[in-house]
Formats: sequence, C-alpha cells, structure tokens
Amino acid sequence: MSAFRAALLPHRIVMILLTLALVAWCAYSMRWDWIPKYADLALEGLWRTIWILIVTTILGFLLAIPLGLAQAVGPWYLSAPAKAFCTIIRGTPLLLQIWLLYFGLGSLFPQFPWIRESELWPYLRQAWPYAVLALSLSYAGYEGEVMRGAFSGVAKGQIEAAKAFGMSRFTIFRRIWLPQAIQNALPTLGGETILQLKATPLVASITIIDIYAVASRVRQDTFIVYEPLLLLAVIYMAIAGIIALFFKWLEGRVPVKAR
Amino acid sequence: MNIKKILAASLAALALTAGAAAAQEVKIGIAAEPYPPFASPDAAGNWIGWEVEIIDAVCTAAKLDCVITPVAWDGIIPSLTGQQIDAIMASMSITAERMQTIDFTDAYYNTPAVIVAEKSMDIAPTKDGLAGKILGVQSSTTHQAYAQKHFEGSSELKNYQTQDEANQDLIAGRVDAIQADSIAMADFVGSEAGACCEIKGAVPSDTEVLGLGVGAGVRKGDDALRDKLNAGIAAILADGTHDAITQKYFTTSIYSK
Amino acid sequence: MNTLVEALGLSHTVELLSLSPPGWGGNLLRGLAHSLEIAIGAYAFGLIIGLFGAYGKLNGGPVVRDLLGVYTTVVRAVPELVLILILYFVGTDLLNRVVTGFGYERVEISGVAAGIWVLGIVQGAYATEVLRGAILAVPVGQIEAARAYGMSPLLTMRRVTIPAMMSFAIPGLANLWLIATKDTALLAIVGFHELTLETKQAASSTRAYFTFFLAAGGLYLCVTLLSGVVFKRVERWARKGQRSLREAGS
Repeated sequence: MSAFRAALLPHRIVMILLTLALVAWCAYSMRWDWIPKYADLALEGLWRTIWILIVTTILGFLLAIPLGLAQAVGPWYLSAPAKAFCTIIRGTPLLLQIWLLYFGLGSLFPQFPWIRESELWPYLRQAWPYAVLALSLSYAGYEGEVMRGAFSGVAKGQIEAAKAFGMSRFTIFRRIWLPQAIQNALPTLGGETILQLKATPLVASITIIDIYAVASRVRQDTFIVYEPLLLLAVIYMAIAGIIALFFKWLEGRVPVKAR
Repeated sequence: MNIKKILAASLAALALTAGAAAAQEVKIGIAAEPYPPFASPDAAGNWIGWEVEIIDAVCTAAKLDCVITPVAWDGIIPSLTGQQIDAIMASMSITAERMQTIDFTDAYYNTPAVIVAEKSMDIAPTKDGLAGKILGVQSSTTHQAYAQKHFEGSSELKNYQTQDEANQDLIAGRVDAIQADSIAMADFVGSEAGACCEIKGAVPSDTEVLGLGVGAGVRKGDDALRDKLNAGIAAILADGTHDAITQKYFTTSIYSK
Repeated sequence: MNTLVEALGLSHTVELLSLSPPGWGGNLLRGLAHSLEIAIGAYAFGLIIGLFGAYGKLNGGPVVRDLLGVYTTVVRAVPELVLILILYFVGTDLLNRVVTGFGYERVEISGVAAGIWVLGIVQGAYATEVLRGAILAVPVGQIEAARAYGMSPLLTMRRVTIPAMMSFAIPGLANLWLIATKDTALLAIVGFHELTLETKQAASSTRAYFTFFLAAGGLYLCVTLLSGVVFKRVERWARKGQRSLREAGS
C-alpha cells in the first residue's frame, strides 16, 4: 500500500507518464516486427539462461559450504588451498576462466583416443558441461568467502551448548551450525545470485544459445542493433527483479535471529 | 547540486577522454581475429596477410591515408554505421541482405564455400550428406546464412564468433563439419593443426545468400569514399599489383569477373 | 636456470612467452597495458559519476533522486556485457549527435576512450552506492560544524566530507577497482585489444591454449594481489587518527 502511495507523489506521476510515453514511442517508432519470427527461439534461450542460473547457483553454493568451512575452522592444509582457490577465482576474469576450460581443457581431451571412445565423450563434446563447471566454480569462489564469514559468525556458545547436550559433531553441524551460517549468509545470497545472472551471457561466447545469443542472432540476421539489446536489458531486469523478490520472500520466512 | 551541473561535469569528463582526432584518416575495419591467410596478427602485434596487403595497395592507389582498425566481426556493421570505422575490408561478401544496411564497392576477390570435416568422416556438402551432423559456422557470415537456409532442421548448427574457434572445435571433435571459405580452408587443412581434416567439396551454389564476391563495405551514401576505393581496386587489378600480391600467397587466381 | 627450464620440458613455453617475437609475451604485456589504461580511466570516470551521484542521491531534489535510483538499479540488474554493447553503439552515436548539434566537428572516439566511457558508466552506478554509504557514515555533527563555520557546500565537501568519508569508502572502492580490472576482459567481445583478446589471439595462433590462458590468469592475479597491498596501505593512511573499525564497532 505504501509503495502505491509513494507512486502517487506528483513528480512520480509525471515521471511515470513520461516513461509510458517513452515506451509508447519505442513501441511505435522502432522495429519490432522480428519478434514473432524469433519468439520460439527466444523462449528456448530464456529457459536455457534460467536453467544454467539455477543449476550453477545450487552447485556453486554446495561447493561454497566446504570452502567456507575449511577457511573458517579447517587446519592449514585445508584452509590454504580453499583460500587460494577463492583468491584465484575472484582475482581473474570469468571470461578468461570460461575460455580456459572450454578452449584449453576442451582441446586437451581429443588428444587421448580413449576419451573420445569413452561413454563420456558425447557429453564432453558439448559446451554446457564447461559452462556449468566454470559458472559453478565462480559462484563457489565468491560465496565461499561469504560462507567463511557466515560460519565464523555463529556464536560459540550455541555450539558448546549443543556439545553439552551430547550431540555428535555431524548433528551439531547439520542442526545448529549450518542453518545459522546459511541464515547469516542469506542477505548476501540475493545479490550474489543477481551477479550470477549477469554472468550467464558469457556462456554465449562458447556456442551456448542462451537468451543473449538469441538477441545476438537477431542482430546479425536483421542488422537491427538497438531493439534486441533493449528488449534483452528489460528481460534481464525482470529476472533480476524476480530473484530479488524471491530472496525477500525467503528472508521473510526465516525467523529473525534474536541478538 | 542540480542535474545540469552533473551533466556538465560528466560531459566534461567525457570530452577529456574522447579527444578529437584528425578527420582525414580513413579507418579500414578488419575482423579482430586470426583469419589466415587473409589477415592475422603476428607475434609483433602487426596484422599480416593477403587482404592486409590488398588494403595497403588499394589505399596507395586511391591516395587514401588508411588506418587498419580491428573490430569484433559480429559488431563490424554496427561499427561502420556508428562511424567507429569508415570502411570494412574483412573478406565480407556482397549480399542483398547486407546491401539493405550498407553499400559495397566492386568485388576484389571471390571464392566458393566449402565443407570441411575429418578425413574419416562420411560427409557430403549437401543437405542429405550433412543430415544429423553438427555443423559449425561463423556468426554473421554468408556461411551462417547459407547453413540456416539449407541445413537448419536437418543438421545441428553451432555458431562461432570467429572462424578460428570453429576450426578449433572441428579439431577438438566438438563439431562434425564446418562450412567456410575455400581459400581459408585450404590454408587450414594444409596447416599442421588442420591435418586431421580435408575439404569435402563445395556447397551447391546459391548467390542469393552466398553473395557476389568480396567487396569493401562503406556507409550508405558515402559515395565519395566508395568511388575512391573502386578506383583503387580497379587500378591494382589493371596494373598487376593484385596478381603480384596473390602470387605471394596462392597458386591460383582468386579473382574472376 | 636454463637447465631447470629444459629439465621440466618448458623451453617451448618459455619461447612462446618470451617478450620479443617469435614469443607472444610482448603482445600480452601490451594487452595488459591497454587493460590497465581502460581500467584506470573507467575507475576515475566512475568515481566522478559516483561522487556527484552520491551527492545527488543525498541532497538532490526528488526528481534527481529518482533518476539516480533508476540509473543505479538498471546498471546493477543488466549484465555488463549487454550494457557495454548498448553504450558502445548508442554512446558514440549520441555523443556525435550532441557534438554536431552544437556545431562542432564530429569527434572520433578511440577504442580506449569508448572502453573508458562504457565501463565508467557501469562503475559510476556502483561508486554512487559505495560513496553514498560512506557519506552517510560521516557523523552529521562534523558537517554541521563546517556549515556553522560558514563553509560553502563545495568547500565542506572538499575539506570535511570527502576526507572524513574516505576511510569508510575505501574497502568498497578497492572492490570496485578489482571489478574494473576484471570487467575490461568483457571488452574482448567488442573486439578491443586488451589482455583477454590478445591472449585468445596468441592462443589460437599457436594452439597453446593452456600456456597463454594460464599466463594471462597469472597477470590478472598479479594485478589483483598488488592492488590489494596498495589499497591496504591507502586504507591505513586514510584511517590515520581514527580508531580502527573493529574498535569503533565494539
């Protein structure tokens, strides 16, 4: 209700009207006749973008838990490699990582005939395993750092209390430590996931036809430059908005920790 | 602090970075990727190849002060229309589709399109011969347009930003075949890296999408530059410069009327 | 040294990476120089936008505030790659229309300038948020005191607000610089000859993909780690005379 009232401020009404006028101008004076022809392809690409986003976020998060744990409490032989991994991932461009995996690793495999004859080859010759691997590792690198802080942030007393109750170490981790760490990390997860969404179009550079690649194809086929890019920007904003709302809803469901 | 001040400050900052350059230079856009034997970067950071020498020769003949400007291939036409470059000389075929957006000079070379695949692979350069196979093509090329028109549906198409990536994936076995220009492919299968593969033949002719040879692209209405480049091309064809450069790289002529 | 290199079978790698032709090391370093040039320019441009943006968000009228809100939201929700393409094509087009509209000659924009412009706009949105947060962290009393002394807003900004907020802003700004260096890699897709594209061209010309991608990764990592050291120094300097954040928090 308050959002609705905020939109009713006089200058906002003017701005909304101006925006509507701009949208109407775009709709009428720009070229959109290509949309029906590419609609099916675009839906497929959109699905692929969302699929890659969800899979790599989940895989990356699962990987971030041991990375964070190793850095927070692990012995040096676990924490040092975990820290090195996070530093390398965060210190180099994702595009370089994707190309290293796809062109570098991908050009090594065919040199071994037994790989080409193995049952894995039909998967290894496709592009998506490399994209999923690269994006998952990237998410894990950034989120691993967050999880480190999240694990360290769980109050010692809680774990001691759990020990006093005679819980096993695994039960303590599963029932006390992990849930609270995730709760600590939750406010950053939404932002990190939006950053991950913004990283997905890079997979188009290794032949995956995501929504960005579809827009590029429209641009190449029709030589229309601005319209596909503008529509693409709107689509990404919509997805980012949905992600933000989803995490807001998720945070609302998680009970607030008493401080 | 009002918006005008903010705007003025940003514009001033931009002006600092923009820096006006002399306008007499003609920026010739080439694709920023290795495309041997036409244009590829060497270890010293220079561009070398048949097309680079042709650009030099045409510009000398036309008395133009040309600067070679590498641009990403799939953004090369927007770069031309957006005035980042003044002409395209990047093995771009003259097609009706592109003529809707830009103008072309006369052709300075023309070659057929071929299918390349691994030697042991049973593939023919036809729709049936490629059915069920994965075909790699470079984006925004006549080859992509051809493959989309003739092979899409029966073969799986993979699009690459550069020809080199398509070649690389052919070697890596991630595509079964690629469609590309015959000269570039002859160079590729003759190289050490391309030894795995051979030219399986030329695709059936379709000038509507494959175009009428390679010309220099210029902005629509930039007739002055087009006429100068045309004169330059005609001059190097007439005085034997074109042949001399061709002989350095190829055994046969790659120009026919 | 030489025997060690040979024993490891690395002589070919060393040859590929040597600084003079036939090695491609010189190309990589040239690419790195371009990357840094663009990153520094974009960072500076972004900071200018951020400074005005933050002031606008805090002190501007409702319209300015809403417009800046739209700017930061859009930039933070749309992939950099898409923004780069839009700004690259639209930006040069628009600038030339404005310039010719004022009756000046059409300006030609170099690749570096275009890169600075597109990444600077992206950086500006993040810088706006970082600086806004930092300004808000400056105790109001300090600014009020400056006003009470009769300082003009600009003088207040220069003498009080900016120095006082620096210590709060530096962690965020350090992060932004790292983003700037890494985002230059995206310009490879538009065809700029920065480090990533030079690397790819060297790799595909020699087919030594691993060698070059790893070498480039090492270069980026050096930049990141070195910047980390520098920013730590700067932070210590900016925090001179202040309690550390940890003490302040407790």
